Amino acid sequence: MYTPSHFTAVLLFALFASVVFGITQRSETRAMVRYGVYCFSLFVLGTIAASWVMWLIKH
Amino acid sequence: MSTTKAIMKESAVQSKAGPKKFSAGVILLAGWLIPGLGHWMQGRWIRAILLFISITCMFALGLAMRGMVYAPNTGDVLDMLGFVGDLGDGGLYILSAVFGWGHHIVQVVTADYGTKFIVVAGLLNFISAVDAHSLRVGRKR
Repeated sequence: MYTPSHFTAVLLFALFASVVFGITQRSETRAMVRYGVYCFSLFVLGTIAASWVMWLIKH
Repeated sequence: MSTTKAIMKESAVQSKAGPKKFSAGVILLAGWLIPGLGHWMQGRWIRAILLFISITCMFALGLAMRGMVYAPNTGDVLDMLGFVGDLGDGGLYILSAVFGWGHHIVQVVTADYGTKFIVVAGLLNFISAVDAHSLRVGRKR
């Protein structure tokens, strides 16, 4: 059984989802790469931001 | 950026390709059945490989985390939506039904992640299959 940490799971999810989003949502190759990187950054940074918000709510 | 160059080369090859061999419906069905196959059939092999790896790895990781594969059900709305999402996995879903993969109760938190990975892999495969269809009908380059 594979038991990744929360953050590893986020990174894996963001990586695979971003690859598919990049390929399917843009037509030009460079735009695909840029959009994939953009989605990956939003996934990861969004998760980190949400984590801090939850930490602040708890404390 | 060797991948970028490879994809650009692939696009150039595709633009010189001859008449379209497969109908849009066949492309859509193939893309759903095997992730990336719809792109492969149109000569977009780099995109096909990337889509296949991404969607299959996501599904496999979901199973490795002991995620649950939803069976057809008429219970809770979220369970029904989970089944619809899983159905997007196409051939992978059929294999999981045949071999009994992911048919267990979620007991640990990583299994809950795994269940989401499997559902999202299905949703991404839906997007991928529709993208292949759009390429075939000329709605996208």
